[in-house]
Amino acid sequence: MPRETATLNRRGFLAAAGLGGAGVVAGIPHASAAPPAAPDPLITDVQDWARTLGDGVQARPYGSPSQFEKHVVRRDVEWLTASRESSVNFTPLHELDGIITPSGLCFERHHGGIAEIDPAKHRLMINGLVDKPMVFTLDDLKRFPGRVNRAYFLECAANSGMEWRGAQLNGCQFTHGMVHNVWYSGIPLKSLLDEAGLKTNAKWLLAEGADSSGMTRSIPLEKALKDCLVVWTMNGEMLRPEQGYPLRLVVPGWEGNMWVKWLRRIEVGDQPWHHREETSKYTDLLADGRSRRFTFIMDAKSVVTNPSPQAPLKHKGPNVLTGLAWSGRGAIKRVDVSLDGGRNWRTARIDGPVMPLSLTRFYVDFDWSGQELMIQSRAMDETGYVQPTKDELRKVRGTNSIYHNNGIQTWLVRPNGETENVEVG
Amino acid sequence: MSRSVKALAVAAVIAMAGGATMVLAQQRPAQSQRPVVQAPAPAPAKTGLGREAHPAEVAAWAIAVRPDGQGLPAGRGTVKQGEEVYQTQCAACHGEFGEGAGRWPVLAGGRGSLTGENPEKTLGSFWPYLSTTFDYVRRAMPYGNAQSLSNDEVYALTAYLLFLNDVVPETFELTRENFTTVRLPNVGGFYDDDRETTERAFWRANPCMTNCRPEPARVTGRARVIDVTPGERPAGPRVE
Repeated sequence: MPRETATLNRRGFLAAAGLGGAGVVAGIPHASAAPPAAPDPLITDVQDWARTLGDGVQARPYGSPSQFEKHVVRRDVEWLTASRESSVNFTPLHELDGIITPSGLCFERHHGGIAEIDPAKHRLMINGLVDKPMVFTLDDLKRFPGRVNRAYFLECAANSGMEWRGAQLNGCQFTHGMVHNVWYSGIPLKSLLDEAGLKTNAKWLLAEGADSSGMTRSIPLEKALKDCLVVWTMNGEMLRPEQGYPLRLVVPGWEGNMWVKWLRRIEVGDQPWHHREETSKYTDLLADGRSRRFTFIMDAKSVVTNPSPQAPLKHKGPNVLTGLAWSGRGAIKRVDVSLDGGRNWRTARIDGPVMPLSLTRFYVDFDWSGQELMIQSRAMDETGYVQPTKDELRKVRGTNSIYHNNGIQTWLVRPNGETENVEVG
Repeated sequence: MSRSVKALAVAAVIAMAGGATMVLAQQRPAQSQRPVVQAPAPAPAKTGLGREAHPAEVAAWAIAVRPDGQGLPAGRGTVKQGEEVYQTQCAACHGEFGEGAGRWPVLAGGRGSLTGENPEKTLGSFWPYLSTTFDYVRRAMPYGNAQSLSNDEVYALTAYLLFLNDVVPETFELTRENFTTVRLPNVGGFYDDDRETTERAFWRANPCMTNCRPEPARVTGRARVIDVTPGERPAGPRVE
């Protein structure tokens, strides 16, 4: 029954999109392959794992992925940065499904390496325009009323930043892998600000990390009071060191650099601080030589994770196209997919929860006859924002802005299944 | 020791006060039939968790500097003093004249490059406020030995970077007092996020679904040509 529905959907899509002649073979019932000439020894022979005992419990007191999944790792691009302590690596999006990013695969971005902090020695200070400057321990925070659980995407503002001038990196891990989606538990930042007591002229906060970069970002008070969290867990367990253990700031929908890791201090002020990461970095240089600043919100974006250059098509016939969509302005409303470089579109099927400011998973089940495809996805959010093409973005921003490249990605699938990052015109 | 005992005692008293407030709140309904008087929103209830910061703790951590000079410590430094610090502490990565070594950041020059192919974002060409330099050097430099410089050394380094960027003469001395008089060339080059107005066109009710391009799409650029992706497979996959 589901199969039949899918077939009808494909037919409808092809008819509507005028793709019938473009070579996507749809709606043809596929006959199963005939039995092989010789039986499969994997079935006829008793395999080792079916005969002997495996590891007992406690052989792996903290479980890790199968030995056959060693290729599923974060990767970096060495030429991007001068040192690995101030650098970035990328989430292997093409190896994942669903919407939650496993903690060990969440991309890393550090400015002074990973701070290793004993939680018993960690302090959080609130100072500045407050009635009473305060210090909290992790134990204090865990006793606060009103704990919350939320899933949010975190995207680095520089995600896809290498692609402004044209297709450069060949893999969605590298073009789009500076994003992850995690369940956090913690408390609203507002609770801590209330505890310290905000002065009436408070307008901005400065969040500061305890690492050797002393990372700082200015955050409008309004955002802090609306939905910022101070969290100590991700995906149910304590934060990973590379994600800010033992304490990180969560700034939902806003650029990842603001989610200060190893959070040690919140200063309350009446104006922004204009620190390095909000002047020299994370400002968007436009074609006229002027720059937008405080471009906090991550606009709606999507990417097809499979197929993609690191996950090429291997079979003709039924295939599953899948990808991720997200928006810093709210929930994803719809995702469209094109197989012909944006000429014709169909609406993808979204499965799993659609939560605001969280990754959303989409699928298109399709038949591939081996013809060339130009795959694109286009996200729309609940505010009506539609992910623009790269050329539309370049038209209004030029190519020097580094940050906030949310343009539509194109993957070229060749008849041999090889998939490449391309630009189309 | 005695301070922490005292702090504990204070916390306990606050906690008890919190408990009392809760009891009162539970008794409120009896009063709800009285005429309602509009009162200002009550201050959020305190949990009593955490403790007040010691002034020396705030002083130790609250080193953030703003463009208006808030947060600047007492101190001073000349271009010449800064050059000496720079050569021993900074030049290995940033180059003898701020030109940058390898991929380490360039600190000088770049004026007029912002509309070109390779914008060079330095204190002289891009950074809007001098306070950013002072704050960043003091909190994060030298790389790997952060917060090891004296305030005078940070003033001197900042003065030297201004000199390298032709903003001040070689004889210049930077002090807390004259700090905010230094104006960087690109201070007017920034404006607040205006995407919701200038990019209004990206909010569109019904995006095109069919025949959205007059001609079939064609490939205009390829990542493979640039060939900068790490660990890429040399040969393409095989389709079954």
